[in-house]
Amino acid sequence: MSTQESRKERIDRGIKVRSDGLYALMSWRELSYLTLPRFILIAGMLSLPFLVPGMYWQRVISIVCIYAILALSFDFLAHYVGLVSLGGAFFIGTGGYIAGILNSYFSIPPFLTVPLAAIIGGAFCTLLLLPCLPLKGVYFAIVTLMYPLFMARIIEAFDIFGGTDGLIGIDSFASSFAEQYFVICMVLIFLFGLRRFVTTDRGLIFTAIMDNDQAVKASGINITRYKALAVFIASSMGCMAGACLTHIYMWSGISQFALDFSILPIAATVIGGSGSLVGPILGCLILVPVSELLRDFGTLRIVFYSLILVGFILFKSGGIMEFGQRKYEQFERWTQI
Amino acid sequence: MTKPILRIDGISKRFGGVQALRDVSFDVFPGDVLGIIGPNGSGKTTIVNCITGFIKPTSGRVFFKGRDITGRPPHKIADMGVTRTFQVMRPYYSLPAYKNLVIPLFSPRAKRTGGWRGGGNLGNRQTIAIDILEDIGFERDSYIPFKKTSTLPTGYLKRLELARCLALKPEIIICDEIFSGLSMSEIASMVPLIERLQDEGITIIMIEHRLRELFQVANRVMVLNFGEKLIEGNPVEVMADKQVKEAYFGSEEVEEVMTYA
Repeated sequence: MSTQESRKERIDRGIKVRSDGLYALMSWRELSYLTLPRFILIAGMLSLPFLVPGMYWQRVISIVCIYAILALSFDFLAHYVGLVSLGGAFFIGTGGYIAGILNSYFSIPPFLTVPLAAIIGGAFCTLLLLPCLPLKGVYFAIVTLMYPLFMARIIEAFDIFGGTDGLIGIDSFASSFAEQYFVICMVLIFLFGLRRFVTTDRGLIFTAIMDNDQAVKASGINITRYKALAVFIASSMGCMAGACLTHIYMWSGISQFALDFSILPIAATVIGGSGSLVGPILGCLILVPVSELLRDFGTLRIVFYSLILVGFILFKSGGIMEFGQRKYEQFERWTQI
Repeated sequence: MTKPILRIDGISKRFGGVQALRDVSFDVFPGDVLGIIGPNGSGKTTIVNCITGFIKPTSGRVFFKGRDITGRPPHKIADMGVTRTFQVMRPYYSLPAYKNLVIPLFSPRAKRTGGWRGGGNLGNRQTIAIDILEDIGFERDSYIPFKKTSTLPTGYLKRLELARCLALKPEIIICDEIFSGLSMSEIASMVPLIERLQDEGITIIMIEHRLRELFQVANRVMVLNFGEKLIEGNPVEVMADKQVKEAYFGSEEVEEVMTYA
């Protein structure tokens, strides 16, 4: 007969408790306990272009950041507004094409097309998603999954914007450093901006809509307006990423509506830790390079990829972020019972 | 005679094959505490949903201060000052209790009216939220307003429902079974609260199964049975009515059978 005689106990570290609230300002040690993880993330991201070797991996950094922005927007919509969006490809494609059109037809330089694509694309995506805003959860996901397929077929069928060849000869960023630092800074700005925004009083309305939309309606607040605002924020982020992608590849085409852009950010969010906003970025930092490394295996790549995902879902369903944060804030010990 | 603040005119609602409400009409006057009672499934909550816009009635009209509000979206109706609580409490479980009230304080109506007892300036919404909670019976200087909503007992959740209405500075509060699930002492502390709200000039409609407590506060009672209005009047005459007794306790023939058995 085996009865358990001891159990694992988790206790907050002393320094975590001491650095709670204003008291953190009392000593350098507590201050650094709070700021170090953030500092490592910022410094790490900014030094990435110097750390990786070769042109090929430098390009991978930009792709990581583009996926990171998408994953960030997915995490925001799914875990702070309650809309599960599979529209990553829709956002990327819309932003990419808008940047491509502005650059090749009107020869507007990249530093203008990117913000323009974010605003115009955000408005366009929000307008198309407006009718399905009353939908919740998986129903919203289905509609957002439909749009990228729909847009790609329209471009193909009407042979507009270069048809299946896409728009070619689009300007690139001034240099590869400019390109990398632009996307890296965008990731950091969006990350800390969103983290601040969701904890403000106004950001709480989004959480409330996710928790209980009926109660928000009964509070005299128009929830469709707030949902539209959230979709606008998320889709402009996605469209900006798409515009960057167009300028990085100097091309925009139908493959920007590929479903990879919808699925990989979700996988990254699962691995990184959903609802933490930092997690999706960590997830992208792992998943994108891994998928590049696995390129040698050809189609077997998907198998490895799926194994990683299944492993995380089974054994660390909270994601890296939750695990890491727990280790950072608490220690464990065995106690007799 | 004073004008009714809320007039319900021949409301019917049909869910597929079920006639939930059939031609129900009544008036609510300013300062009233109107009780709506009836057996389970008699359409009490459906009436609340029809008034507050959560469902559209199949036919009939709802007038608030003479304006037709039938079929308007819920947030517009709440914006006019017709607020409701939910029978199954609907707080925001992932937020602390006081932050539940920050949400209604963001509504356009709260901005116009300044919230509960507010004048003009909303200022810091979190402090106003805590003031409202204190007013509604959350202990002052305790940690309860700061606790996560999912850990609060039912009594506090029911008060939180009321507080959400108050944050909008309402003209009408419709309480959907606010006493249900509470202990006797919790109800006893809730009754004075309702009386106080009435004194402050808020019109209250109460849907209730707890008749004794309801009759302490209500000045008029309406009885629903199978979606139809049976009778309306002051509590004493309503409870003396034969039809009401039948609806609640079954018909007298059945009772006779029971005594013989």
